[in-house]
Amino acid sequence: MTSSFSRSWLSLAGLLPVAIATTLFILFLQAVPVIAAGRTLRQVWQWVPGLGVDLSFVIDGLSLTFALLISGIGALVMLYSARYLAGHVHQARFSLLLTSFMLAMLGLVLSDNLLTLFVFWELTTITSYLLIGFDHSAKKARRSALQALLVTGVGGLALLAAIILIGTTAGTFELSELRAMPAILTGSTLYLPILVLVLLAAFTKSAQMPFHFWLPNAMAAPTPVSAYLHSATMVKAGIYLLARMHPSLSGTDVWLWTLTIAGAVTTVFASIMAVRQTDLKLALAYTTLMALGALTLLLGNSTGYAITAAVTFLIVHSLYKAALFLVIGIVDHGTGTREVDRLSGLVRAMPVTAAAAAVAALSMAGFPPFLGFIGKELKYAGALAVASEPVLVAGAVLLSSALMFAVAGIVALRPFWGKAGDPPKPPKEGPWAMLLGPVVLAGLGAFFGIMPSVIATTLVNPTVTAILAEPGEAKPLLLWAGINLPLLLSIATFVLGAFLYALHRPLRRGLIWITQRTPSLDGGWDGFLAGVMAVCRWQTQLLQTGILRRYLFLTFATAFVAMAGTLVAKDAIDLPNLVPDVLPKHGMLFVLIFLGLALTVITQSRIAAIAGLGVVGIGIAMLFILFSAPDVAITQLLVETLIVVLFAAAALRLPHLPRGGSGWRFWDAMLALGLGVTTTAILLMVTASPVDRELTGFFEGASWPEAFGRNIVNVILVDFRALDTFGEIAVVLVAAIGAYALLKGTPERQKK
Amino acid sequence: MNSIILIAGARLLVVLMLVFSLFMLIRGHNEPGGGFIGGLLAAIGFVVYAIACGTRDARRALRFRPSSIAGTGLGLALLAGVMAAIWGDTLFTGQWLFLGATETDKGWPLSTVLLFDIGVYLVVLGAILSIVFSLEEAV
Repeated sequence: MTSSFSRSWLSLAGLLPVAIATTLFILFLQAVPVIAAGRTLRQVWQWVPGLGVDLSFVIDGLSLTFALLISGIGALVMLYSARYLAGHVHQARFSLLLTSFMLAMLGLVLSDNLLTLFVFWELTTITSYLLIGFDHSAKKARRSALQALLVTGVGGLALLAAIILIGTTAGTFELSELRAMPAILTGSTLYLPILVLVLLAAFTKSAQMPFHFWLPNAMAAPTPVSAYLHSATMVKAGIYLLARMHPSLSGTDVWLWTLTIAGAVTTVFASIMAVRQTDLKLALAYTTLMALGALTLLLGNSTGYAITAAVTFLIVHSLYKAALFLVIGIVDHGTGTREVDRLSGLVRAMPVTAAAAAVAALSMAGFPPFLGFIGKELKYAGALAVASEPVLVAGAVLLSSALMFAVAGIVALRPFWGKAGDPPKPPKEGPWAMLLGPVVLAGLGAFFGIMPSVIATTLVNPTVTAILAEPGEAKPLLLWAGINLPLLLSIATFVLGAFLYALHRPLRRGLIWITQRTPSLDGGWDGFLAGVMAVCRWQTQLLQTGILRRYLFLTFATAFVAMAGTLVAKDAIDLPNLVPDVLPKHGMLFVLIFLGLALTVITQSRIAAIAGLGVVGIGIAMLFILFSAPDVAITQLLVETLIVVLFAAAALRLPHLPRGGSGWRFWDAMLALGLGVTTTAILLMVTASPVDRELTGFFEGASWPEAFGRNIVNVILVDFRALDTFGEIAVVLVAAIGAYALLKGTPERQKK
Repeated sequence: MNSIILIAGARLLVVLMLVFSLFMLIRGHNEPGGGFIGGLLAAIGFVVYAIACGTRDARRALRFRPSSIAGTGLGLALLAGVMAAIWGDTLFTGQWLFLGATETDKGWPLSTVLLFDIGVYLVVLGAILSIVFSLEEAV
């Protein structure tokens, strides 16, 4: 690690992402005045017009706020990681993944088309998977990555289902058109399924209870990833979805109560779990969960206070949480540990880091004059204005805020102040490229706190307007709003928080004692995966025994049950009057076919059985000739010849297996009889109904004048239905390649 | 199989079958036949040769790898379909050229449809031979 510090870290792989993110940030900044003036920007490119999928992007308050956070924090994090990972073997890969993630996230928040949004949603899932598993040689990282992928992947599927339901209900995939039809979804009979699916998507992505367990595990990722994806951007995609769908889905009791309960439970549970952690990064991960819970809770409502609180808290949280994650990365880098008990008195060695941590933590704890204070005041005001249970909600916010206060102290106070600790390495201040991020982000928290009007009119108001779909609802951001209930609750928070901080060591010991004795969802996840695997193994052993005879039996038995079952269930058995007009030549062919069949069934020799099958095939080919279908007859004749050759070639090399026993033989015969009788019955019924001759008439009429051919079968194959034929010959080729690979590949491998 | 009669017969038969397969291919548009039947016939010709003289000789007589022949066929068929774009028609629209046509006689009809059928012929020939040859060789 030390060597990487001495080497120059200015590489293209590290700095190109910084340039991209900075450029994007500046571009989005230029949109601020337009959005603040109450307008929205929209850009559409047609993508798949036939399916209603357009690349339509819209910039309104909500998407601009997210875009600024994504590109702004992105630029700082990219600069940080250019230094953090300097000299790493896979630095270029990391830069590519992080940049791809940023672009996917931007696409997600800017999409106006639900299907486009879904594509970007999945892209964030995939890039996140790769970033969590960046340290792929570690088993823990791979497990965490897979867990995050599967949990959020389920949410992605739910989102796709929800989008399809929305599209069929509202007749559009465009979000802006959807917002113009307020009650189209809430009044629909499909409202509940849509809501459940959207919430499943949002809750898995934003790690709400009971899907929260993947987020702390995702901290296996490098610290810049945690700072960027798992605090400031990706986990907020679920929040973004809730905010985006707010105009279309909110206002019902189900929405209100589901979001309130899930948000409240998550926020309280997460803030308690945060105190329990000894790893600084994990403690922060749980406070992120707490913030996501609070945002969900607030978005359950439709009052101006609640939404203003949600938007403000969203910005506050992104600023201080990214700053703190980056600070912990610097501490980890400089001392070699993140364990809270080994860190203390770092301020002497790392003054800038300590200052940034202190400012960010004061914002997190909600002290005036930081933006965190305004956010917390609004949260209380919003909680008191909720439509569900103001007392309980405010209580939940009070408890979680007090715990947050304590965690802010644990994370940003304890490591830096007091006597010097005993870290594995002598503490050392981070380089400027890594310090810039936390300093700027923490500084912005303080700046916006002192001058809240800077973001109030430019970002908060348009965002609130976008979420509520009506202007003028946003509440002002004030440092001093007079002596009111929120202020009193704030004071109560400080008192309770200080108390909890003083007691956090015994509290943590107690929590560790409890969590070690209760089953965790994370452990349940392993059990769940093991269960899925066991079911897979069981059904594979049941269906794929490795004996070809059983495969054939299963295949034909399935076909028999499906056909005969449908016939019986639909009560469709209606055999036509069988008065066969059989001529002597038909009778002779029948005898020929029957003899071939009898030989096949009775003989003990494989070659004889194959020859018997050939006789059957040639008999059928002659039937085609009798019914004047020469093309089909020729084809059948040639194919039968080839089949006999192929069978003979294969059969000569097959080992002589013992016969399956008389019991199996009986059942094989029964199945063959049943399938034969059913197929015959169906064919008789099909041919009994009159055939529509319209197509035949068309081909007969058009074959010569339009396609210059008198052989209709061939003209259909090569002209009228040429695309079908092309598909078929492609299948023939693929089948040949498959057979070739099987025949040539398998013995080679067995020899080794 | 070391049978002089079979080997001698096969050499004659293969030539006849190949010529006949081309005949079937070309007449296919108006009489029973076509690329599929032609391809099957040619394949059977080579299979007979392989049974009589062994797959090594059959492969040598074929000159090209069966899978390459099939791939080329698929490419030709695709080309025939895409060529319609040159005349501004939709994919796989047949294009015709009548060389030396007079009032009463159509002359020599050339078409993308024939090219397509040749593609089918080659795919069927190549695909079947690649399976049969590797089956025969998988001892």
